[in-house]
Amino acid sequence: MSDNSDVVSRVLERRHGVSTQLLQILREIQEEVGWISPETARAVAAGLGVPVTHVDSVVQFYSFLYDKPPGGYRILFSDNITDRMLGSMALFEHMLKRLKLIRGEVSPNGAVSVDLTSCTGMCDQGPALLVNNRPVTRVTARRVDEICDLVRSGVPLSDWPAEFFRIEDNIRRADTLLGSRYQTGSATRAAIALGRQGMLDEMKRSNLRGRGGAGFTTSVKWESCRNAPGAERYIVCNADEGEPGTFKDRVLLTSFVERVFEGMAIAGFVVGAARGLLYLRGEYRYLLEPLEAKLQAMRNSRLLGASICGAQGFDFDIEIHLGAGAYICGEESALIESLEGKPGKPRIRPPFPVTVGYHGKPTVVDNVETLADATDVALHGGRLYAGNGTRHSSGTKILSVSGDCARPGIYEYSFGVRIEQVLKDCGAGDVAAVQVSGPSGVCLTPDEFRRHIAFEDVPTAGAFMIFGKDRDLFEVARNFAHFFAHESCGFCTPCRVGTTLMRDALDKIADGRGSRYEVNELMRLAELLRRTSHCGLGQTAGNPVRDTWLKFRPAYERRLIRGDFDPAVDLDAALTRTREIAGRDDAAAHVGAEA
Amino acid sequence: MNATAETAALPKVRIATTSLAGCFGCHMSFLDIDERILELMKIAELDRSPLTDIKHCGPCDIALIEGGCCNAENVHVLRELRANAKILVAVGACAINGGLPAMRNRLDVGDILNEVYRDPDGVQSHVPNDPELPLLFDKVYPVNEVVRVDYFIPGCPPSGDTLWKYLNDLILGRMPRLDHALLHYD
Amino acid sequence: MSATDNTILIDEVPVPFKPGQTILDAALEGGVYIPHLCAHPEFAPHGSCKLCNVIVNGRNASACTMKAAAGQEVEVDTPDLHAYRRTLVQMLFVEGNHFCPGCEKSGNCQLQALAYDSEMMTPHFVEFYPHRPVDASHPDVLIDFNRCIQCELCVRASRDVDGKSVFALAGRGMASHIIINSPSGKLGDTNFSVADKAAHVCPVGAILIKRIGYAVPIGERRYDLEPISEEATRCAVEEVK
Repeated sequence: MSDNSDVVSRVLERRHGVSTQLLQILREIQEEVGWISPETARAVAAGLGVPVTHVDSVVQFYSFLYDKPPGGYRILFSDNITDRMLGSMALFEHMLKRLKLIRGEVSPNGAVSVDLTSCTGMCDQGPALLVNNRPVTRVTARRVDEICDLVRSGVPLSDWPAEFFRIEDNIRRADTLLGSRYQTGSATRAAIALGRQGMLDEMKRSNLRGRGGAGFTTSVKWESCRNAPGAERYIVCNADEGEPGTFKDRVLLTSFVERVFEGMAIAGFVVGAARGLLYLRGEYRYLLEPLEAKLQAMRNSRLLGASICGAQGFDFDIEIHLGAGAYICGEESALIESLEGKPGKPRIRPPFPVTVGYHGKPTVVDNVETLADATDVALHGGRLYAGNGTRHSSGTKILSVSGDCARPGIYEYSFGVRIEQVLKDCGAGDVAAVQVSGPSGVCLTPDEFRRHIAFEDVPTAGAFMIFGKDRDLFEVARNFAHFFAHESCGFCTPCRVGTTLMRDALDKIADGRGSRYEVNELMRLAELLRRTSHCGLGQTAGNPVRDTWLKFRPAYERRLIRGDFDPAVDLDAALTRTREIAGRDDAAAHVGAEA
Repeated sequence: MNATAETAALPKVRIATTSLAGCFGCHMSFLDIDERILELMKIAELDRSPLTDIKHCGPCDIALIEGGCCNAENVHVLRELRANAKILVAVGACAINGGLPAMRNRLDVGDILNEVYRDPDGVQSHVPNDPELPLLFDKVYPVNEVVRVDYFIPGCPPSGDTLWKYLNDLILGRMPRLDHALLHYD
Repeated sequence: MSATDNTILIDEVPVPFKPGQTILDAALEGGVYIPHLCAHPEFAPHGSCKLCNVIVNGRNASACTMKAAAGQEVEVDTPDLHAYRRTLVQMLFVEGNHFCPGCEKSGNCQLQALAYDSEMMTPHFVEFYPHRPVDASHPDVLIDFNRCIQCELCVRASRDVDGKSVFALAGRGMASHIIINSPSGKLGDTNFSVADKAAHVCPVGAILIKRIGYAVPIGERRYDLEPISEEATRCAVEEVK
């Protein structure tokens, strides 16, 4: 078996043999040779001077890195609840049947494998899937058949119908950020005119808070980074957007990216950083080339590079790092670990990235939208910015709306907008619930629809998933539980084991073998994870179960058995193997349910 | 029985016991309470138990279960005791976590049976399948994965002193607790 | 009682600390026991087992990673925290194959000792019964992956003390497991030695020195003689003296 030494050497050289670039190195090698064989891993390890186990641990951590051949066509169906609501599972089964595969299995000729993956960020135009990391939207039975034909004929992806890969922005409501006509470079020039301190002062006046979900005051983050001891600093843009139901950063990076890049440069200007990194989730790999092209164009216009817009001492450039399928890398310290070529496991905090971040240096990690908003502050000043929105939540929020509504897509509102307004604008009918900010957020019922999108009321990173009155909220919670168990990094006991226990309990209930016992266990586990988990993933993993049990009890109760306890497994099914061996099917060869 | 008039008036605590997929070590350990059994028998009576040879359990206060569930018959016995007992106690490592028999859980039970019984060169050509033989489960299951269990006494086996302390607590209506000297899993 | 400049309150009792000490270290030195499993006095805090979870000024935190600071009010001995600790130990038990009666580490095992400390009478949850082979390839050391609790002490010891990087943790979520740095993946094909720090740092029975199992009779093993809560604080206090 080849160790692909030519590919390996070429990639290592391109990346200057820097071991912290390991994730990018592996991704680039894999894009050429399909997977990371043991020999390839050894060649990479030798080339970087790291133990091969370090390479192995990175390959085994990320969903999109493979240590076994995944098939020439690696097809992954997006498995967010919104995909399921659009019939994705029937399409998935249809494709498996047509290709004569079981889930995850590689076909005998090595041509294809089909599996599920976490939300790919195409919720407004689903059901979606990825083929070799390229998104295909609006999948129908017919499209499945067409894909199967293309796979059977071995047609290269570049020759597939462009229509398959069409991705729309679907901007339904633009406000001050999305609706403004932006002159590239204007914000950068405005910031330079304000000066570093002046720009920071405007940020303080603006009260701009992080748009990635945490809502930390951005000016405080920038100032802490600026004041932290050390000479080297970094600006990191968190474009991991892994929270199911969130796709607003995708649109910003598609059609408003100069504002994001300028926002990074302005942040660098204020804190004294010369290097920026964009951490782009692996599911948005298709954006890499357009983003690199945009960066080059900005360098050509002196908006990046040395002496930006002629300002002496204002040097800033940006490099793009791709993720490889791990939701946990959206957590800022796990993201930094990933940037350093390691598995994305959250760090011990404190210290926080503003003092000890990328390579141990002071680092600002900001969301895509936050950085774009910073350009607004540069252009119009902080006071004007703060005049919009609410007292504690200034400016606008971009919502990614999906699920049961006539017009899924992007909606920008001033903070303070009521949930019911959003529902009206997107054409939602009779709504049972809205999941705001994804599985780690909250599930709201109609009696709460007069509440406001704002940090002080219903905070959100942007996801807004609508469930019509006939939707099964138990299945929603179960889909989310599967997500958390799949995405848990595995570092800490409560989340590693607890998310699996919760998922299994919900599966047991779904199987018709659950009782109040399972519900009690779920509530207890949710509380334990909230209190003892190492990071936000574990801490919020129990939210969907807790919310849906509280607000949609009948969805659980109609599935529960009448007794107070059911065995851990289907005991009759547990006799299948020995029934087969013994060739028996008499009454004593079965165990019934308890009377 | 040499019961006094007073103790004769009180109904006796009925205790059922069974060994499912156990080695009987926990039952032997129970007998390690030695002469204290005389004290016990003044206030307690055994129902279904290997020690009495009563075949089926009636209503009782405490059921002591040794061993996990490895086959269908174990489940029938366990369910009978659970249905009839107010308090069900899983005694010993096997009842609590599957124990030694559960070491087969990582193997396929069909492969095990074939390996043991099929003899390519000799006489045995099939796995015994008489309908009187209980069928094995794919895995050995701890008792609390089959029925609701109220209390657990760990040990392999729990010592006679441990069992004596725990039973006393249960019978006298105290919350059973074991201190450092009496609590062990081996 | 109140805290002063160099004391914290633990369950309302003042405990002194040195600047830079974690709450766990300050507590142990002061004779206050906080259960812990992945922490080791010779290594930096790991923060993965979560057994040392305490309440600091009203919020949950890991005592092993949180620095002590003047004025902190720490709660250790509450019914809720006891319940969390017991549940975390139960999770560790069901995740692997922890069969104490057949384990050479029994009686000297920190996981078992902590389970006794938290009065774990049953692992409670549905057992996973994972399939994890044993690695007996090395002439002197046995690896039983069934018992690994992912504290990464062996990883850190091998990398930072022995300079060999024999062990690493790979996989994500429930698929996390220790891997071995050799082409075959077996310990016997590495330069691991029984003299390595990594051979003696495992708190459970996952890394065992061959041919010395059951050397100490039942009744005289480490945690037969005293509960882990007393041993840990006694050692910490003795070290200070």
